[in-house]
Amino acid sequence: MASTDVSGPPVDRTSSLINNPRFRGLFYQVALILVVGWIGYDIYSNALDNLRRLNLVPGDGFLDRTAGFGIIQSLIDYSEASSYRRALFVGLINTLLVAVLGIVFATLLGFLIGIARLSRNWLIAKIAAAYVEIFRNTPLLLQIFFWYFAVLRSVPDMRSKWSLFGIAHLNIGGVYLPRPVFGPDAGLIGIALLGGVAVSIIVSSWAASRREELGRPPRVWPVHLALIVGLPVLVFFLVGRPISFSMPVFNETGPLLRRGFERGSGLVVIPELVGLLLALTIYTAAYIAEIVRAGIRAVSHGQTEAASSLGLRPGQTLRLVVVPQAMRVIIPPLTNQFLNLTKNSSLAVAIAYPDLVSVGGTVLNQTGRAVEIVGVWMAVYLGLSVLTSIIMNAFNRRVALVER
Amino acid sequence: MRINFTAVFGAAIGVALGLAGAASAATLDDVKAKGFVQCGANPSLIGFATADEKGEWSGLDIDFCRALAAAIFNDPTKVKFTPLNAKERFTALQSGEIDVLSRNTTWTMSRDTSLGLKFAGVMYYDGQGFLVRKALGVSSALELSNARVCTQTGTTTELNLADYFRSNNMPYEVVAYEKNEEVLQAYEAGRCDVYTTDASGLYAERLKLAAPDDHMILPEIISKEPLGPVVRQGDDQWFNVVKWTYYALVNAEELGITQANVEQMKTSENPEIKRFVGAEGEFGSAIGLSNDWAANIVAKVGNYGEIFDRNVGPSTPLGIARGLNNLWTKGGLQYGMPIR
Ligand SMILES: N[C@@H](CCC(=O)N[C@@H](CS)C(=O)NCC(=O)O)C(=O)O
Repeated sequence: MASTDVSGPPVDRTSSLINNPRFRGLFYQVALILVVGWIGYDIYSNALDNLRRLNLVPGDGFLDRTAGFGIIQSLIDYSEASSYRRALFVGLINTLLVAVLGIVFATLLGFLIGIARLSRNWLIAKIAAAYVEIFRNTPLLLQIFFWYFAVLRSVPDMRSKWSLFGIAHLNIGGVYLPRPVFGPDAGLIGIALLGGVAVSIIVSSWAASRREELGRPPRVWPVHLALIVGLPVLVFFLVGRPISFSMPVFNETGPLLRRGFERGSGLVVIPELVGLLLALTIYTAAYIAEIVRAGIRAVSHGQTEAASSLGLRPGQTLRLVVVPQAMRVIIPPLTNQFLNLTKNSSLAVAIAYPDLVSVGGTVLNQTGRAVEIVGVWMAVYLGLSVLTSIIMNAFNRRVALVER
Repeated sequence: MRINFTAVFGAAIGVALGLAGAASAATLDDVKAKGFVQCGANPSLIGFATADEKGEWSGLDIDFCRALAAAIFNDPTKVKFTPLNAKERFTALQSGEIDVLSRNTTWTMSRDTSLGLKFAGVMYYDGQGFLVRKALGVSSALELSNARVCTQTGTTTELNLADYFRSNNMPYEVVAYEKNEEVLQAYEAGRCDVYTTDASGLYAERLKLAAPDDHMILPEIISKEPLGPVVRQGDDQWFNVVKWTYYALVNAEELGITQANVEQMKTSENPEIKRFVGAEGEFGSAIGLSNDWAANIVAKVGNYGEIFDRNVGPSTPLGIARGLNNLWTKGGLQYGMPIR
């Protein structure tokens, strides 16, 4: 109604404010804010009262008390004598670990399955379709149990092992790998690697501009190889091999409890992590596959035809024409799947993987600090979600720019 | 839009007022008003709390809740059970979801003083033990250096375990699951060398293993685990009802009052028994119940010894000896405070 007359109808001085739509609008908004604020305050003060009555004055002081419980996997120093705060930190890092690994694996597998579903090979397409249907339509918790206990029940016991080239070993205690041990000068190799990557990027952009002139990309991969692999390897030998490996030690004799892999030798990937990662990857990949399929379908068929008529081979068409355009459709829902995977990782507690929810639950149980711990959980998952969204949105903007 | 607004406004006020009023009423009045006791229980611990196919609960911890219902309503069936795992149990009680927690819960100082809870008695004196495969060839917990140990999160068990291995300088690794079923499955699959929990739990869980005879419980008991019912702090009347229900069970056994003879006992001339059955004094009304509250408990559920024998005693699959849980007069720790 205000589109023709910006100042609104002239106000009749005799009619009251109640009939003034502007005023009424404003009144309701203010009232709504007051009510919401009051409810919020009421919940807050009520919770505070109840906590006081239970002798639980809110605060984070309790986090400095000794935890007293062991945690099976921690990437930072932790012992029973550490504080609750430290324990929660261990849990957070474990959550990050499984989330990041899960996102990487699920994306790779998801793309593979999604493309396979569109394959012209009948068998491959059907297998991919069956995969998606099976894993999307069974509860994740069930899958976690399935994979975890499937892993536990099918591998050798703690006093025996399967080995791969004498480097990687597997038994019910987990996957045993050589653990890199970094000497004092190992940092130099990292610097060399970073430097190599940086120079590589410069070389790439130079190559891109040269391509315009040459009409074909110049051969730069040997340069990349030299910079990214060669340089760090060279530095490794120059500074006297500062990285060594601790190999898993396997004892075949002695009392039973001493047999098997020695504690502290090598790198152990516990079966709880393996089971959880398998389940999260396989489950989320089913969704990602559908997203990828939809994204590729969304690229008009004319694009593919145009590409073939220009003489591109099917693989090239997929890589250079279809996927880049499909990415625009894929990325927003893909972000959702990343968020889901991160949040789903909290099911870890069912199979003893010590993630933030699992460790937090133990702390909660021992201290009774439900409000504080739940607050930590919410803050962390919200933070992780926001972070993931920011990264993916930035990526999305880059991909969107490519659009013509 | 505007019409809805009024409704939303009204609803919001309702919610806010409701929240403000919650969790302040007296539990006994609440229980009487709703007509049953809401009891937090272990979902499955043979002998202590299990539900059969028909949803019929039984066990030592369950019988305590039934005794409570008998004391209040003279009807042991007026009780509803909420299955709770170790981690959920205290929050469920604190938030008022249950009226009493009767779930093999250890009485510790921190739980009694800083969780807003009160322990009302000790239904079962227990201690933590270790279950291992016989094939492992160990005969003492002190030989468990380097062991991998499966246990449940949110228990005293986790902490005792850490203390024990640390104080004996034995390296170990703990795998802690949220639910008992997973602990047992993982132990059975061979993820751990040892399964640790309260000895009572070990007896019960061992029966669920495929070949119970291949496993044994080590002789060491590494902790004190007095297990008993818990209520919320700050409601003395309800605390008294729960506490004296427990004492009534023990007193009944001390006085030789059983489910079978409680009717005859009502005419007894023994003053102690007269007070117990309510023929003398006003003990029931002092805690908000009828004066025959204790007689009702025994008539409907039996005395402490009967409950013990029926659920976990020598004639049951668990076959646990009375031991510490015998009456103080027979060398145990069960001691009923006098009703007088
Ligand atoms: N008494 C200990 C441990 C109680 C406990 O939770 N025991 C386990 C192992 S026997 C249990 O009953 N689990 C059954 C379940 O959660 O389903 C405590 O109060 O912390």
